[in-house]
Amino acid sequence: MAEEIQKFKVTIDGITIDVDPGTTILNAARQIGGEIVPPAMCYYSKLEGSGGKCRTCLVKVSKGSEKDPRPMPKLVASCRTTVMDGMEVLNITAPEVVEARKAVVEMLLINHPLDCPVCDQAGECKLQDLGYEHGALQQRYEFERRTFERIDIGDKIQLHMNRCILCYRCVFVANQLTEKREHGILNRGDHAEISTFIHQALDHDFIGNVIDVCPVGALTDKTFRFKNRVWFTKPVNAHCNCSKCSGKVTLWYKGTDVIRVTARKDEFDEVEEFICNECRFERKHTDDWVLEEPTKVSDQSVIASNHYEAFNPPAVIKNDPQLKEANVEQLARSEKLK
Amino acid sequence: MGRKLLLEHINVPGINTLAVYREKGGYRAVEKALKSMSPEDVVEEVKKSGLRGRGGAGFPTGMKWSFLAKPEGVPRYLVCNGDESEPGTFKDRYLMTYIPHALIEGMIVSSYALGANTSYIYIRGEMMPQIRIMEKAIEEAKAAGYLGKNILGTGYDLEIYVQPGGGAYICGEETALLESLEGKRGNPRIKPPFPAVAGLYNCPTVVNNVESIAATVPIVNDGGEEYAKIGIERSTGTKLISASGNLVKPGVYEIEMGLPVEEFIYSDEYCGGIANGKRLKAVVAGGSSVPILPANLITHTINGNPRLMTYESLADGGFVSGTAMGSGGFIAFDEDQCIVRNTYNYTRFYRHESCGQCSPCREGTGWMEKILYKIEHGHGSMEDVDLLWEIQRKIEGNTICPLGDAAAWPVAAAIRHFRDEFEWHILHPQEAQQRNYGLAHYADPLVPVTE
Amino acid sequence: MLSVKENMIVEFSADLLKQFSEVVSRYPEGKQKSALLPILHIVQAEYGWLSVDAMEKVALFLNIQPIEVFEVATFYTMFLLQPSGKYLLEVCRTGPCCLVGAEKIMDHLEQKLGVKEGEVTPDGLFAWRGVECLAACGFGPVLQIGPSYTFYENLTVESVDQLISDLTNKSKNEA
Repeated sequence: MAEEIQKFKVTIDGITIDVDPGTTILNAARQIGGEIVPPAMCYYSKLEGSGGKCRTCLVKVSKGSEKDPRPMPKLVASCRTTVMDGMEVLNITAPEVVEARKAVVEMLLINHPLDCPVCDQAGECKLQDLGYEHGALQQRYEFERRTFERIDIGDKIQLHMNRCILCYRCVFVANQLTEKREHGILNRGDHAEISTFIHQALDHDFIGNVIDVCPVGALTDKTFRFKNRVWFTKPVNAHCNCSKCSGKVTLWYKGTDVIRVTARKDEFDEVEEFICNECRFERKHTDDWVLEEPTKVSDQSVIASNHYEAFNPPAVIKNDPQLKEANVEQLARSEKLK
Repeated sequence: MGRKLLLEHINVPGINTLAVYREKGGYRAVEKALKSMSPEDVVEEVKKSGLRGRGGAGFPTGMKWSFLAKPEGVPRYLVCNGDESEPGTFKDRYLMTYIPHALIEGMIVSSYALGANTSYIYIRGEMMPQIRIMEKAIEEAKAAGYLGKNILGTGYDLEIYVQPGGGAYICGEETALLESLEGKRGNPRIKPPFPAVAGLYNCPTVVNNVESIAATVPIVNDGGEEYAKIGIERSTGTKLISASGNLVKPGVYEIEMGLPVEEFIYSDEYCGGIANGKRLKAVVAGGSSVPILPANLITHTINGNPRLMTYESLADGGFVSGTAMGSGGFIAFDEDQCIVRNTYNYTRFYRHESCGQCSPCREGTGWMEKILYKIEHGHGSMEDVDLLWEIQRKIEGNTICPLGDAAAWPVAAAIRHFRDEFEWHILHPQEAQQRNYGLAHYADPLVPVTE
Repeated sequence: MLSVKENMIVEFSADLLKQFSEVVSRYPEGKQKSALLPILHIVQAEYGWLSVDAMEKVALFLNIQPIEVFEVATFYTMFLLQPSGKYLLEVCRTGPCCLVGAEKIMDHLEQKLGVKEGEVTPDGLFAWRGVECLAACGFGPVLQIGPSYTFYENLTVESVDQLISDLTNKSKNEA
């Protein structure tokens, strides 16, 4: 039998878990699960090199490790920082983390069009969730927002750059799932944009996955455009015998019509397996599929319940006045939802 | 007269050529290091010298070198950071223009110490003339046997290449520089891993500033201990200061660490005082990203001690009443300069230079710029000043690389020390378009702080 | 998306290709993408700007995707993605130069040349733009002119006038 791997002990918001060396703080937190998992807008476990950019997953390392217990001087991106044995991490139990996250959300929203009422992503948008959980009630940004032309990259995918948060996930998809990347990040700073530079259709069997990895409504499925709000649709897991991909998908029904096909997503909203364009865009009849069961939808999702779940923090937050203060908005919302 | 280690022969005609450079004792350090010292000996001397990175961060060079990973069969690289772009800093351009062989000699010695056989000098693209100068000097050195295979018969091989940048301040950040050198966008990498483990082409790499590398020449020649005798405390040796702004004699000066700031500004040996008989209002002491200080705080610390040109003394008082040595870009403002306009200018610079990778910097720098533009043009409100303060706090420390901090600090310091000038701009929008706030109380003697 | 108004079909000369190969030889095997920035500089010096066709041919030469070239060319400010004047006067507009009159120099250029920042004079000879710190703060105001990036320091209104008249004459003599 193989030698047992030495596990690292890490404590996040007071909850201890043993993980394999090389695990990031974020993935350790995901193993624990629940409220203490930092949000991640750019990290995607299936895309190598992703993460570190959006800064929503910042956490505080209050103890570096058993060997070197010094705290880390700055907040760190939990998605790109690996755990050390004995490390202690504070996420929602550190007021400065809560504050920094609010700051990042505010920054992400200042140039966002906030056009959720007409955005196909609404209801399954990570930025919407983030804004709901950490955003301020009022915006302080009073200037004109950055705008871009809306463009069709191919006949099936629309790029709505105004909504983009530059997570780079779609670039990683093109790099890692296709042989020839045709779109990328152009320009820099607050002018940076996703583009093909010269008008070009993205054409590859797996390029449709950019829609699934996009955390916001920047890349949307044109075959589903304005068809319906996601919370009025019923997701059902199905499979088919596909020569290109696993054929494991979620069908989104409106009545008896399949109005959208996506990859299956896990509890962290990452696809389980990437699917091919044919499954996504062409197979829109129940006949094309073998149905399995209704897709399990997190009860946090508006798709399941039409409202958000109450915030149920660990006891430490309820008892510590400073932490209570830092989470005042979330706690107030939970009261309202009762 | 302070001692000169780097610029001693700067005025000798023809010092840019190998022949004259050698006549003046050049390339002795190469002979000494390669023939009589082991690479470890060189690292040891640099450690003893106490040399700290001259690019801005001030990290001990010898320690940085000792972190370099040395896995078997993997090449190691030395990359020289000549991307000099921090507003107020122009010492590296000066050094490369007039005494290019000092850098090449330093490159050879440092590459030898690190076990690198290929080294790159990354120079910002706008310095095309300096790129040509360096390329020519490399050719000369190669012809004389200081570069190439089996240097001076010692068996050590080294090639040096010059790499041009393309116009991006961010490439002065070492991992952005490495990305750029790999032919990519200058997006700083997320650390760890640090370059010492996985740098250029994923190989162990050291990135050092031009001046740091050139400083290894006198360190090897005279020994680290001799170098460390110059200066005070942990600020050893000499430092090139780029002096600009409203000075009688702006330019590049080599100073011994420990020179009083007041002497540097007013003595005829250095800047010769404020131009046109004006009075000093403020100084940015280490390049645009370090906190700006009003005249009274730059010449003296909050406790009334003369402020010295050392890492420690410039930082005395922390960010509350101190600043930082940074890259040694010393910018002097006379009484006619407007701090609000200047802060707006710097913020526009950082917005322009943000790579756009991480959200706080990409969005926050533009937000600050817009607010400062509004205040500068007479449409600001008092709440804007508080909002600016909050935004800079939200950027600082939350970004991938230090550009976020560099954008935040000038705004923070300007509000901290010159808040009344901002408020005057807001309360007198018409008047502020016509005239400047002037010197006000910024040069008044400090009120002693009682413990 | 960027709108590219103009394209220029280019054919790299044997001499250019030789220069490209020399650049590539500076890097380890398989790391030829490192040559991208130096080669773009060479191409821009040759043609005055980087057309889509030129960039696509650079990609072909380096065996990388065209988007990789576009990403880089749009990141760095020195690369011109549309034709400019024969002489593009780039004036430093950052803090230290502004303390000694850079804004006055830019205002003067706008007046003297009769074109706004980024525009080209009707004779195609001049354009000007403000650029960020050129690391010559002690000798400001400064401007640079590519492709050799010659520096003109300690500018005054008079020295700028002189420079423009010198360049106009030089261009006439070349014609």
